[in-house]
Amino acid sequence: MKEVDARGLSCPEPLMLTAEALKSTSGPVKVLVSEPHQKTNVEKFAKDHGRKAVSTQKGSEFEIVID
Amino acid sequence: MNLSDSKVKLGIAGAVCGIVAAVLAVMGNPGNMAICIACFIRDTAGALGMHQAAVVQYARPEIIGIVLGAFIISVVTKEYRSTAGSSPMIRFVLGMMIMIGSLLFLGCPLRMVIRMSAGDLNAYVALVGFVLGIATGIAALKRGFSLGRSHETNKMNGAVLPVLMIGILVLALMGSALLISSESGPGSMHAPLIIALIGGLVFGAFAQKSRMCFAGSIRDIILMKNFDLFVVIAGLFVVMLVYNIATGNFAFSFTGKPVAHAQHLWNILGMYIVGFAATLAGGCPLRQLVLAGQGSSDAAVTVAGLFVGAALCHNLKLASAAAAPATAEAEAVIGGPSIQGKIAAVICIVVLFVIAFGGNKRSTK
Repeated sequence: MKEVDARGLSCPEPLMLTAEALKSTSGPVKVLVSEPHQKTNVEKFAKDHGRKAVSTQKGSEFEIVID
Repeated sequence: MNLSDSKVKLGIAGAVCGIVAAVLAVMGNPGNMAICIACFIRDTAGALGMHQAAVVQYARPEIIGIVLGAFIISVVTKEYRSTAGSSPMIRFVLGMMIMIGSLLFLGCPLRMVIRMSAGDLNAYVALVGFVLGIATGIAALKRGFSLGRSHETNKMNGAVLPVLMIGILVLALMGSALLISSESGPGSMHAPLIIALIGGLVFGAFAQKSRMCFAGSIRDIILMKNFDLFVVIAGLFVVMLVYNIATGNFAFSFTGKPVAHAQHLWNILGMYIVGFAATLAGGCPLRQLVLAGQGSSDAAVTVAGLFVGAALCHNLKLASAAAAPATAEAEAVIGGPSIQGKIAAVICIVVLFVIAFGGNKRSTK
């Protein structure tokens, strides 16, 4: 699975990296972010592009798997 | 409560912030300023004696309220994260430049929108510069610009700015002589302390939940064709537009507007600097206050840069003068930037290009 590590990056970098990854593969993408608002942004971005996103909290960080 | 899952909720959040701005204007804040972040940080810097411009010194409870409102709501909703370490000194310099650009135009992006809602055509001219600045910042982001990763720090670190704000609030509530207060000019015009504080708390909480950001709203449209953040700004604009029309304050004009000047080139360049620097810093002055409130020391360092930038602007006479009609005692003033302000603007633009395109690249690690 393609992985995007966007932890600690400022907006809009997590979304730019997610968009890049989704463009480069049709398979699932795992995105790691640190901030709750970035988690929401990535989930919404996936939904807006017709993809399903499932998030889990890992400590204080988040892992979003986009199918 | 999640505000960012629907455009209607985001619009309402913006409208609530617009109502706060309108109430503060009614209660005594300066005309077309209402809750300008740059102006109010500049006033607070003056209250702390960081500059001696006698007409713009007042510890604005709105600034304190925004930081504390974002702090409280982020703790309650478990969004508080104490983080630091993403190029703090570059962010400090970006904060300084955001303030220099804002005081060249005479207002931050929030005040630009408030001025637009009153029909101030200079603000529409400045918007062109703001959009161009954001577009330049996006060009840098597309080439891989990054200020690097922040990391979690101990919880107390992220609470330093909120605690400092509480300190200023305590001094203000005690009526301490340590804080300087203007006796005339914009600094002397203010809503009662408690109302201003409550207004700031509400504004900060809604700005935190809606992710309100003036630079981000235009950035997301250009970069992602996403209008979510724009809806928040639109909500605020509509409320202020209704308020201005209802109070007879709305009229399209380049002149006769409070604390404004009609030097088009410098209005454009001022907001170009703000848009460019805010895009590199990840948010406008309001967003920096909110991020600082929710634990980001990097944003708090940017806010410190805003304070020092404000002090520099008045100590070195970089801030523009407002246009003023002739009175019995004084001749009319055209207003606009000083020669020092013009030089500072050119330096800021050069420095921004160096920061944006000079090697601050995203690391894949």
